[in-house]
Parts: sequence; C-alpha cells; structure tokens
Amino acid sequence: MALLKVDRETCTGCGLCLQVCPFGALTLDNENIIVASEACNGCGACVPECPSGSLSLPEPGKKPEINTKDYSGVWVWVEQCDGKAASISWEMIGQGRRLADTRGADLTACVLGYQTEAIAQEAMAYGADRVMVVDDPTLKIYRTDPYARCLVELVKQYRPEIFLLGASTRGRDLAGAVATYLYTGLTADCTGLEIEEGSNLLLQIRPAFGGNIMATIKCPDYRPQMATVRHHVFEMPQSDKSRQGQVIQGKPVMPEEEIATKVLDLIVEKNEVNIADAKIIVSGGRGVKGPEGFGIIHELADVLGGAVGASRAAVDSGWISYAHQVGQTGRTVRPDLYIACGISGAIQHQAGMRTSKIIVAINKDPEAPIFQIADYGIVGDLFAVVPALTKALKKRLNK
Amino acid sequence: MQAIVCIKQVPDTTEVKIDPEKGTLIREGVPSIINPFDTYAIEEALRLREKFGGKVTVITMGPPQALSALKEAVAMGADEAILLSDQAFAGADTWATSYTLAAAIRKIGSFDLIFCGRQAIDGDTGQVGPGVATQLQINQLTYVCRISNLDFDQKKIEVERLVEEGKEVVQSSLPCLITVVKDINQPRYPTILGIRRSQKIQIPVWTANDLEVNRDYLGLNGSPTRVVKIETPPPRQGKGQIIQAESIEQQVAILAEKLIAEKIIV
Repeated sequence: MALLKVDRETCTGCGLCLQVCPFGALTLDNENIIVASEACNGCGACVPECPSGSLSLPEPGKKPEINTKDYSGVWVWVEQCDGKAASISWEMIGQGRRLADTRGADLTACVLGYQTEAIAQEAMAYGADRVMVVDDPTLKIYRTDPYARCLVELVKQYRPEIFLLGASTRGRDLAGAVATYLYTGLTADCTGLEIEEGSNLLLQIRPAFGGNIMATIKCPDYRPQMATVRHHVFEMPQSDKSRQGQVIQGKPVMPEEEIATKVLDLIVEKNEVNIADAKIIVSGGRGVKGPEGFGIIHELADVLGGAVGASRAAVDSGWISYAHQVGQTGRTVRPDLYIACGISGAIQHQAGMRTSKIIVAINKDPEAPIFQIADYGIVGDLFAVVPALTKALKKRLNK
Repeated sequence: MQAIVCIKQVPDTTEVKIDPEKGTLIREGVPSIINPFDTYAIEEALRLREKFGGKVTVITMGPPQALSALKEAVAMGADEAILLSDQAFAGADTWATSYTLAAAIRKIGSFDLIFCGRQAIDGDTGQVGPGVATQLQINQLTYVCRISNLDFDQKKIEVERLVEEGKEVVQSSLPCLITVVKDINQPRYPTILGIRRSQKIQIPVWTANDLEVNRDYLGLNGSPTRVVKIETPPPRQGKGQIIQAESIEQQVAILAEKLIAEKIIV
C-alpha cells in the first residue's frame, strides 16, 4: 500500500531520495530502481529531491464542499472537573490568544458545565475575548455524548477556524468524537502550534514514533482545524482580573433521559500522586533494580518536597504503578527540577520531561543519553549517590 | 457475547533508532508487533468470552503483512480475524481509518462490545477508538482499567476509567466501544494449540469493494489532515555539567550548592 509512485522509466537510481526519507521506506531494487515499502506514508519529503522528477504522490481527489473563508476565530474548550477548571485549559487559552492575535481574530473559550460562572470569569482573565457558556445539570460531569453533541452544534453555528482542546483523557475522548461528527481534521497531542505565513493555516507540530520524529500536520480543506495539545508544554498565561469579555449562553442539546452514560463515582486515591503538577520530581528507572530500590528515591523526593516519577522500564517491570510513569505513554511533566536516577533517557522518556527547567542525571553509565540533555550530572552508582545527596540536602536545608 | 477487537500492526518504536547523520528512522531489523495496548484489548475480550461464551473477532486495516498480527491474535485465542487491505485505504489519517473500520464492523453485523487499545505506539493519537464509536453512533468508554459489571440481559456495562484525578466509575448501555489501558489485565501468551490454529486459519481480506463505503472518504483522499514535514526533534540544550570531585560526598555537596544557586531549592 505504498503511496509513492516511482516512474521506472526515468528513475536513474541515484539514491538521493534514500537520504531524505524519514521513514527508511525506500530501497533500490535489483534493477537499481527505487521502490517504496509499506513504511511509506506519503509524507512527500522525497518528491522534490528527485532530479529526474520520477517520484510522485497520488493527486488528491474530490475536495470537500467547504468554504474555508466562512470560518474565523480561535476556540478553546475549557475542561472542568467538580467545578474547577483544568490548568491545561489555561495553557491553551495562552496559546489560543497568540494564534488569535496572529490571525487578527477573536479568542473564544467554551465552558460546558453546571454553575460555571466563576470559570467563565477566569477564562476572560486569562485572555478570552468571549466565553461561550452552556450551563446545565446534564453537563455537570463530563460525559462524551452530551458534551460532543453540544460542541458540534456550537461549531456548526459559529464556525471557528481553529479549535483547541487539552490532550487530557477527557480532551482526547471529546476531540475524537467531535472531529468525527464534523468530518474535519484532528491532530493529537501537539507540542507546537504556529500559523503558516501566506496560507494562514495552522501548523500542528507533534511527536510521533515514540518521540523519535516530529511531524508537522496541516488541515488545508476542512474546518475547524482541530488539535489536542499536550499538558505542560506551554506556559501558563498571566491572569488579569480586570479583563472584560462577552458571555454568550448556549443550550444543551441532549436531555438527561437520552444520555446513555451515568457517572456513578470518582474514586480519588489518597496516595495518588499527581506528578503532572509537582514542582520537583525524583524519578527512578531500570537502574533502581526493583521495588525496594524506590525507597531511596522516595527519601530524596521527601526531603525536596517532591513527587516520585518512573521510567516505562520501571513501571513495566511492576516496581511502581503506572500513575508514576513519565514519558510518551505516561505523563508529561514540566517541573522546576527533574532528577533522573538510573534512567538511560530513551527518547520516549525525554518526550515526557524535556521541558523541565533543570534536569539532573545520576547514572553509572557515562554514555547514557540522559547526560546529553541534563544540566547537571553525576556519573556513579545511584545506590551510593542518591542517599548521599539526600543526606547533603537534609543538612543544607536543616531538616 | 459478540466482541470485535480493532488492532494495529506497528513497528516496535522502542527499537526504532535514528540515523544521527541523516536524521531519518532506521527501520532495518525493527520488528513489527501488535500494538502493545491492543494486546490488552484482545485479552479483555478473550476473558469475557471465557466467562460469557460467544465469539471474538479481530480486525485490522493495513498492508498484507498485517496478516501476521492477526495470526498472532488468533494464536492468543481469537476466533476469527479479518484483514482490511486495499490500495484505496493507503494514507488514511485517523478520520479515514475510523470510517473504514466502522464500515467493516457494520458488515460483520451484530456485536455487543468493541475493544481498542488506548492508542498506538507509532502514531500515539488515541483518536481511532472514539472515531469508530462516533461513526457507529454507539457509546464510547475510553481509558478503561476495569470492567466491574456486565449485564447482557439489561444491556448495561459498568467500568472504571483512568482519569487525571483517579478512577471514574461509569455506567453505560450496550453495545459500546471500550479503549483499554495497561492496568486492565495481563495479556496471555499464545498457546501451542493457538499457534497451530493460527497457521491453518484462512483469514479473509476485505477490500473497498467488499464494504459499503463512499470512496471519497477512504485513504489519503478521505483524510482531512496532511503530514507536511517530518524532522527529528532538536535535542534539549542542557548545561551538560558533569560534576566531578574526589568523593561522592563532595560531588553531592557541589550539586546541592548548584541547585540552591538556581533558586530551585529553598
């Protein structure tokens, strides 16, 4: 199912395209002609490189009947749980503000919930020009169906050009449904958002292949351009309580009796670590060697008033629960201080912690990739270094 | 119980390396595996079949090679498998993939539950599950870590979902689509009997002609998004100071001073 078409008559087998294929999908066959394997996903990187013009991708077929000019403005969905807004939403209000200013357009916050007056005010303080509020008991707790259908109706009515949601569990659950209803493009878990000069399209930048590559994705012909955005990648905007804005009241579209899901309970585990919000994180990896090894990690974290994180290797080995996992398939964190103990620093782990302010690496392998991105490193046995550091900090902090 | 599991064959991204000079993926020797999260989806479906009886059908959309992923699922214990493979499906983004999978599920016919992994480790989008549920107009329960109750007479299901704040207990009606996280179970290994069966089984291959679909919605043509650039991420620019001293005590003392100087520790 390779997408790339190779003109076997004109291909000279020069191999220039081999050099640029990000997916390693091209090879020369026994007649010295390029063939694309199943790994080709039609990214098109090779097409302009071919000196003989032998490479092409299939022409796009019928375009959708959407007048993209009818869509304007940037929308952000404000996630709330128990009447409290999620910080990820404000990070996106900050990004949405920047994008709206670049487009010379309004920034709209969508607040769905029950008794959401305070959240609407907060949205304006963080930078929204107007707030679309749908306030109803059926929306008190997030549920896919009533939320998705409500947003779909609002988008159809107001036609935003760009629609951002947090890449939280709820945000990803909701965005997937909304984009499917609307038949528009959705890019998951973005870590960069820019407006392309000239086309004014939203460039959605995201890691893929476990963080090994960054892909830039566009949605040229469908609207709105939808993206979920990763937590803790963008800074929180400043709140300005004097900011004023317009509030528009929307209506729910599903009565309770039509909603097939009921949220019965939210079990908040007492010892549940929320590493996503911790200012200091001490993480253990394969080098910790077992569940007991996390003892010294915990002790260091306690002295620093921080949380305990872990690499996938440690979680998959069953040494510590998934709630602690930092990385591509775990949590993304952005603490002031991240201390990686016995973590080699695979690209998947880096994807979850590279925006930390200060990274400290403790590892016995001087070649471990973690040292390449760290600010400070100690090459040594973590079972000696970590307790020594705990002791030194205890003394220094008079604890 | 009729269960359908949607799986994806992916390169083992933990094995993927980057050519440091060219900045491209090195695929040579990288094994193709069932997306790890999907093995938990298969396992959960198998466990329910063992409890309630019925049938587990595994489907995937991909190139002919994806047959090996389906065979592995059969070796684990799945009853049937179907491959969706056609040049017309190539280049599909999550929208077009969901559309195609939903069309195949309609063709399969009746089902009580559809299972997917929370996301695939190559694309990491987690969008296809919600996409399929929406296309089929059924409820979706994402990030499920436990099925706590299942009542086929009342057509009700109760699950725990792993959300940021903890676990959310949700009740929904059947049929529905569930995406699972790793906490839900421990996937089994294929059995000798299963492997034998997987070697013999004839897996049907469905093309676009076999599905009731609008061809404008398939593959690259039907995909709203376009990948326009691929690059390797720039490395984080750390200070890169390796602290050296005569003893560990001195090393950690220097580190402690540096962290205090950074005003991180007060």
